[in-house]
Amino acid sequence: MIKKTGVCGLIFPSVHDDVLHEMTTVRELGSIPFGGRYRLINFPLSNLVHAGITNISVVTTKKYLSLAQHIGSGKAWDLARKKQGLTLLPALGAKQEEYEGRIIPLHDVLQWLELCEEDYVVMSDCYVVGNINYKALVKSHIASGAEITVAYKTGACPELPDVVVLDTDDNDVVTNLRIGCRPAGEVAYGIGLYVIAREKLIALVEDAYSCGYTSFERDILRARVACGGVRGYEVPEFTMVINSLQSYFDANMAIMDKDIRKKLFPADYPVYTRVHDCAPVVYGLNSEMTGSLAADGAYIDGEVTDSLLFRNVKIETGATVRNCIIMEGSVVHKGAVLENVVLDKNVVVSEGRVLRGAPTYPLYVSKGKQI
Amino acid sequence: MFRKQECVAMLLAGGQGSRLYALTRQIAKPAVPYGGKYRIIDFPLSNCINSGIETVGVLTQYRPLVLNEYIGSGEPWDLDRMDAGVHVLPPYQAIAGAGWYKGTANAIYQNIEFIERYDPEYVLVLSGDHIYKMDYSKMIAQHKEKNADCTIAVLEVEMEEAKRFGIMNANEDGSIYEFEEKPANPKSNLASMGIYVFSWQKLRKYLIEDEANPDSSNDFGKNIIPNMLNNGEKLYTYRFDGYWKDVGTIDSLWEANMDLLDPNVPLNMRDTKWRIYSRTAGLPPHYIGKNAKVQNSMISEGSEIEGNMEFSIAFPGVVVEEGAEIVDAILMPGAHVGKNAKVQYAILAEDVVVEEGAVVGEKPEEMENLDEWGVAVVASGIRIGAGVKVPAKAMIEEDQKGGEQA
Repeated sequence: MIKKTGVCGLIFPSVHDDVLHEMTTVRELGSIPFGGRYRLINFPLSNLVHAGITNISVVTTKKYLSLAQHIGSGKAWDLARKKQGLTLLPALGAKQEEYEGRIIPLHDVLQWLELCEEDYVVMSDCYVVGNINYKALVKSHIASGAEITVAYKTGACPELPDVVVLDTDDNDVVTNLRIGCRPAGEVAYGIGLYVIAREKLIALVEDAYSCGYTSFERDILRARVACGGVRGYEVPEFTMVINSLQSYFDANMAIMDKDIRKKLFPADYPVYTRVHDCAPVVYGLNSEMTGSLAADGAYIDGEVTDSLLFRNVKIETGATVRNCIIMEGSVVHKGAVLENVVLDKNVVVSEGRVLRGAPTYPLYVSKGKQI
Repeated sequence: MFRKQECVAMLLAGGQGSRLYALTRQIAKPAVPYGGKYRIIDFPLSNCINSGIETVGVLTQYRPLVLNEYIGSGEPWDLDRMDAGVHVLPPYQAIAGAGWYKGTANAIYQNIEFIERYDPEYVLVLSGDHIYKMDYSKMIAQHKEKNADCTIAVLEVEMEEAKRFGIMNANEDGSIYEFEEKPANPKSNLASMGIYVFSWQKLRKYLIEDEANPDSSNDFGKNIIPNMLNNGEKLYTYRFDGYWKDVGTIDSLWEANMDLLDPNVPLNMRDTKWRIYSRTAGLPPHYIGKNAKVQNSMISEGSEIEGNMEFSIAFPGVVVEEGAEIVDAILMPGAHVGKNAKVQYAILAEDVVVEEGAVVGEKPEEMENLDEWGVAVVASGIRIGAGVKVPAKAMIEEDQKGGEQA
């Protein structure tokens, strides 16, 4: 017998594309490379799989070639199944323009939701990095009897457009929900992760769409708070919010810390990603690398300090790379100096070039550029 | 119904590899880790798929558990196919009785039925103990062009080395007139690489005849090839001039790994046009610590290196703690080297633990008697206690408690 968890998953890779506009001109936010060999979407995808949720749709809007190639058949996440598995759902029905909010894309994929047999839906965005136990989240949702559960973290409010800030009572029932204001001090902020009964979601989306609403948070969630049906769930796991180039830089650099690395990539809950079959990293006779991470396929013969190297990166003899993120396939030629720089994929830095950003303002070079 | 395949590859993977001693205590030779993230069998399997051969039978016999698990559905090599793909073929029981594979030829004989399903023109016979990248399709093309019955891949070796190999004596047009196994006075330096292309109908006939002979040792080199030569069949050499290494001994396995660190050795693992595929653990990138020093080494995913590494190879999930020194060593998956320990000229098999301050292996330049020098080997899962010294050439198969001499 196939054991069903009774939960399906919906991932929204484009929500908050704008906060990393530098990188999202060629891809969706969920497709942004992270941590040397991953992409942001790998976190919610792996979290779903670890919770036994195997009926998953990724709701894409535009620029989805990168994501479609990455996901393929879903094999890398054990989601190439006869029953269920991973579906890429291009939500292109109503408008071709950038979506504001997710009611329109949800309405576009209602047919998929209607065909599902599961009772509950986990909806996740891709701008929060974390190895989160969705099983516990779903369990708490069912036990509480809430209509919608909003996953949140407590801390300084992240700088995000339309950030959701919650007030909760002692039983974690949401008593007030504010959108887009950023109160000082410690607050409970949403991390773009919700649980809701499938039938309820369909009904709410149909209703909101009829009214011409667009924002799930503003037009559905807030209204349900008034009815007392929304509950908060404080995520106990370590998370990092990616809401700017700076926070993207910091989050990648944070992985240098062994404890954080263990929290994000625990041995028993690996983060799955597409395999590229690269050879192990080769260190040349002149290599000097310290305090850095390197993914397979890299060749290093220069000086690398406090940096993150993705797959198939090449650092030639005498090149210096300090406090940088070098994405897949990029090459730093002889004698070039890079400091506080983010090189997107397949960038070539020619011999002797010097690129410097500040630790608080990294210099970003977009995909495929030659310098 | 199975679709016809022009060529079926049969990979002989049943050997114990007894000269790898501790490394093949629990696994068959083709499953021995090699090159920082691979196992030996990744090479012939990847060569097959890169050469367009999509049907591969893997003949297993000795300790097949790890090998079977590793091959699985064949997905890492793109060999999970609807009506082709990789198939593990262990010996089996039949009405006439059960039999182990008596020899390399007998292993193929027992699987005639498997081969016939695909109605092939050619059968490619491979072994699972060599490291090389080779386009088999070119060899098959030559086989067709020469209208040969059997084509044997050969490599030019140094004349003084020739007595260690099976030597093919051939005419100028490549036709073989004599085969000598490890000749004392070799007439040629063309060594057999253990890669054969046979026209299937011909091979089938010889396999059946060979099986009927009770005195035969049912071996390709000892029986099938000499019989074909005696009967005047058309046997040709196929010259290969790339990197090829037998990794059947501790020394050759260690050398073949070290070859990957030598930029002058023509085995390019970074060549994306002829990738070697493997089943990977999917670990995060490896970390090189603030005080680490890594030079001329190869390191794979998930490893944490805080000590020094020189001329060494670390497989996935290796830990080298601060102050540890790794020189000319191979650390297989999950090996852990504690603080201030030294591992030099040694192979640590999977999940070996070397505790604080222990020393495994010796440098040849520090030996009083160089004849006693050799690579030290620690078998998988073994623990070397704090402060223990493991001498050169040692073969450690039991835990060594701290404070004792190995």
